[in-house]
Amino acid sequence: MTQRRSMLLNVGPSHPAMHGVIRIIMELDGEKIKGADVEIGYLHRAFEKMCETVMYSQCFPYTDRLNYVSPLINNAGFALAVEKLLGIDIPERAQYIRVIMSEISRVTDHLTCIGATAMEMGAMTAFLYMIKAREFLYELIEEITGARLTISYVRIGGVKADLTQGFADRAFQKIAKVRKVLIEADEMLTRNRIFSDRMKDIGKISPEDAIAYGITGPFLRSTGVSYDVRKASPYLIYDKLEFEVPLGSKGDNLDRYFVRMAEMEQSLRIIEQCFVQIPDGEIACGLTGEVIPAAQMVDRAKMGETEELIEDEVALDPTLQGSTRKYHDAIYAHKKDVVLPAKENTYGNIEGLMNHFKLVMYGHGIQPPVGETYFPVEGANGELGFYIVSDGRDQPWRVRVHPPCFAIMAALPKCLIGGMMADLIPTFGSVNMIAGELDR
Amino acid sequence: MTENHTTSKQPGILTPLQRLQEKFSDKIIESHVFRGDETAVIGLLNLRSVARFLKETPEMDFNFLMDLTAVDYLFYTGGRVQKEFRFEVVYHFFSLKFNKRIRIKVPVDEKNPQVDTLSDLWASANWYEREVWDMFGIQFKGHPNLKRILMYDQFEGHALRKDYPFNKRQPLIGPIN
Repeated sequence: MTQRRSMLLNVGPSHPAMHGVIRIIMELDGEKIKGADVEIGYLHRAFEKMCETVMYSQCFPYTDRLNYVSPLINNAGFALAVEKLLGIDIPERAQYIRVIMSEISRVTDHLTCIGATAMEMGAMTAFLYMIKAREFLYELIEEITGARLTISYVRIGGVKADLTQGFADRAFQKIAKVRKVLIEADEMLTRNRIFSDRMKDIGKISPEDAIAYGITGPFLRSTGVSYDVRKASPYLIYDKLEFEVPLGSKGDNLDRYFVRMAEMEQSLRIIEQCFVQIPDGEIACGLTGEVIPAAQMVDRAKMGETEELIEDEVALDPTLQGSTRKYHDAIYAHKKDVVLPAKENTYGNIEGLMNHFKLVMYGHGIQPPVGETYFPVEGANGELGFYIVSDGRDQPWRVRVHPPCFAIMAALPKCLIGGMMADLIPTFGSVNMIAGELDR
Repeated sequence: MTENHTTSKQPGILTPLQRLQEKFSDKIIESHVFRGDETAVIGLLNLRSVARFLKETPEMDFNFLMDLTAVDYLFYTGGRVQKEFRFEVVYHFFSLKFNKRIRIKVPVDEKNPQVDTLSDLWASANWYEREVWDMFGIQFKGHPNLKRILMYDQFEGHALRKDYPFNKRQPLIGPIN
């Protein structure tokens, strides 16, 4: 008499398809998956704990490292949560800039997800095409923020610096290039027999299960449930923009691919609309003097020549361009206890310098009132929420991130069980697991 | 922190918090609306009945347990009143149908940190509760698989407790040389 026994197979964490950070222990019957246990935590860096030890404005570099494929959305989400706690609004131009940068990030995220999924299934060409398109967008991000991944661009009450001169034209050019790549990728993948055979009807999840597991984002929308934070509770200026929320119907890998492809097109549409609607940034503020280097301005101000400097403009490092007095009012909330002063004021007079110091010194900084807020934004993977508890000091008492991946990873066994072992790769790819936000 | 909690944007239609107050008037310890976030603080023993009410009442229909976390109020000095209990377990519910959110907080004592599980009502609670156990050491009664999720099994203590130093290290293997 033979006895049937199932086999345990360990995948990861040091497995290329697991991105080095996930371990899945599967119970196999032949090649069929009977059970799966997902182990996470390999990239835990104590984000929430570290945020409790620094000032509010110092949390931004940490938020960059949550979803490192679309860090601008994390930046914006954290800033919006603190702004809600403070009860302040930011100027319209800053809101448009945040939306533009968030949507660029969303496209880069989806490109990476689809590209990586295709690559893990052997379609290296598609991956390279997608990464090429991502590179176009990273160039745009680099131009504005000075960095590619760890950008720390958003500030509480605004953004670090204004858009550069002629940015809109360059963005339109890049968008046209990205569109072309998307068409090429679509031709390469959508009707590719190997690709669709491995995606169709694989990794299915029902809308009821998806809701029970608290899944949001493209993963939920692929099951046909229409929930997008940008539509449900519009933040920033999303209510002024026209865009659709693409939906799937079956909740399988192929639907998730289609939803992401369609969402990228919608994001590009949003960016184009933003450039048409965005109010002008440059403000007439009587800067008629000469442009002098920062060091020279500091020296002259130390000598007491502050009155002569009133009309002068400061020449800054390229990464700070757009944060001078000319642009300051359009990209920062008009709250001295929250936002840093324009650079001319910091360098050129004592009031500005003191204001600057008051905001960067421990024990002074931004001090929101006692209370707690939860602010959700639509991240690339779903609802990204920040829950912040303030005790009235300059450091947050508690920062909690609701990472969209977490719920999806909890539901991953549901998608895997009943399928074949090889289906693990496309299903896991379509989750778009980003360990930075999953493990925090 | 406490603003008036009787105002509603649409007259005649009750907010989730008002409905909750109507039904559980004697069981809600405190409630407030801060920056539009509705919050109710309820006792440990009433958690499951309140959660069931939120999920199963057709006019509420909170089908998402969006987030579940905890806050450690040890050494907390903010606010006018000192916290009576050390921990608070915080639930964020979301209703897809009505597009409403509500926050439920449950104070938990330091000596017996134990809360009823919600993992049978919302599947998402399963991992979130494991994370709260891992980070705060709060146990969930009836949880099917309450083990650490982000940290390793040999880890001692609970990292997000305020008395756990942020720079404390627990290497599993010692220095190589």
